[in-house]
Amino acid sequence: MLSVSAALLLTLAWVHQAQTLYFHIGETEKKCFIEEIPDETMVIGKYRTQLWDKQSGSFLPSTPGLGMHVEIKDPDTKIILSRQYGSDGRFTFTSHTPGEHQICLHSNSTKMALFAGGKLRVHLDIQVGEHTNNYPEIAAKDKLTELQLRVRQLLDQVEQIQKEQNYQRYREERFRMTSESTNQRVLWWSIAQTLILIVTGIWQMKHLKSFFEAKKLV
Amino acid sequence: MYGSVRVLMKVLWAQLLCGWVLGSELTFELPDNAKQCFYEDIIMGTKCTLEFQVVTGGHYDVDCRLEDPEGTTLYKEMKKQYDSFTFTAAKNGTYKFCFSNEFSTFTHKTVYFDFQVGDDPPLFPNENRVTALTQMESACVSIHEALKSVIDYQTHFRLREAQGRSRAEDLNTRVAFWSIGEAIILLVVSISQVVLLRSFFSDKKTTTTRVGS
Repeated sequence: MLSVSAALLLTLAWVHQAQTLYFHIGETEKKCFIEEIPDETMVIGKYRTQLWDKQSGSFLPSTPGLGMHVEIKDPDTKIILSRQYGSDGRFTFTSHTPGEHQICLHSNSTKMALFAGGKLRVHLDIQVGEHTNNYPEIAAKDKLTELQLRVRQLLDQVEQIQKEQNYQRYREERFRMTSESTNQRVLWWSIAQTLILIVTGIWQMKHLKSFFEAKKLV
Repeated sequence: MYGSVRVLMKVLWAQLLCGWVLGSELTFELPDNAKQCFYEDIIMGTKCTLEFQVVTGGHYDVDCRLEDPEGTTLYKEMKKQYDSFTFTAAKNGTYKFCFSNEFSTFTHKTVYFDFQVGDDPPLFPNENRVTALTQMESACVSIHEALKSVIDYQTHFRLREAQGRSRAEDLNTRVAFWSIGEAIILLVVSISQVVLLRSFFSDKKTTTTRVGS
């Protein structure tokens, strides 16, 4: 019974290792992802890198010595995190301003082109807001029953919905301000252009009339 | 000894099940003439959903293609703005989906996608769950599912709003730029018209009298 359970655990461990989304990245390529989030939201990113092995024609399971540089910018393009991590890394940040945060990754290795033919596989998982909560851990820490844990999960979800709605109100206000500014600009610039047209027309006629009168043509 | 091994295994189960990826949701920028592919290893029989939406850029369209481990195309759409595709994995292996902006010459696109694989893992790693859920628990489960769909709708609404807002901001800067430009052109053209007309008359001063007869 124990051995069956252990075997199942090992199989699931293999699947767990494999079951993340991945993509390929070039040597000096910088890959950026955008997260549009309300304020006071926690974001956890986990990545794992695998280097292409020319000899075996497959990806190595792990790459010691290869690092990834992670840079996170807030909506005002101010850098809030800029750190080098190893080949497997985990980064966390909490947003203080609502808006579009940019998470950029690029490898710091220059030897990749020589050994790996320039291919690096990056497994990435970014979890936002209530997905960052680790419920079994919370249950163990606060000693919650199953029902209490479910209710806690619902409370977290509702909190996230509330934050998103607040953020939505802030975005809608910005949108409205932009539209009103466009409206004002169109109005004033149209009036200004009509005035310029009339004034230059009058000036042209007056100037030409006085010019022709001076030349004794009129 | 067996007791502590059991406890250790329970902890490992908890770690594994909570560490499982529920679904990947990413927003990335796709430059012009570029193609970006993502891969995921899926077990046979898992129900998966791929949803994507173009947030900003050009005509808000992108090509999307989903292939199974043997290269058979399961889903292929050209120049789509938003779509959702559900499938059940028929084979074990690496599934690949690609977004292509190769038809566009100079517009960058921002694409959002959400790839859900399987169901959410249970809250408790309950191996010995033989009793059915109580009424309270099943009510909690249905509220959880409803809230998940609320969050999903909110995300799509946020993306549409981002689309509208980026267009409005674009329009705002363009209106300012072109209004100033047009005012300057207006002034320059009217002044140069007068100057040019004056130059016609000042050169031919001697010849005009002869033409008149």
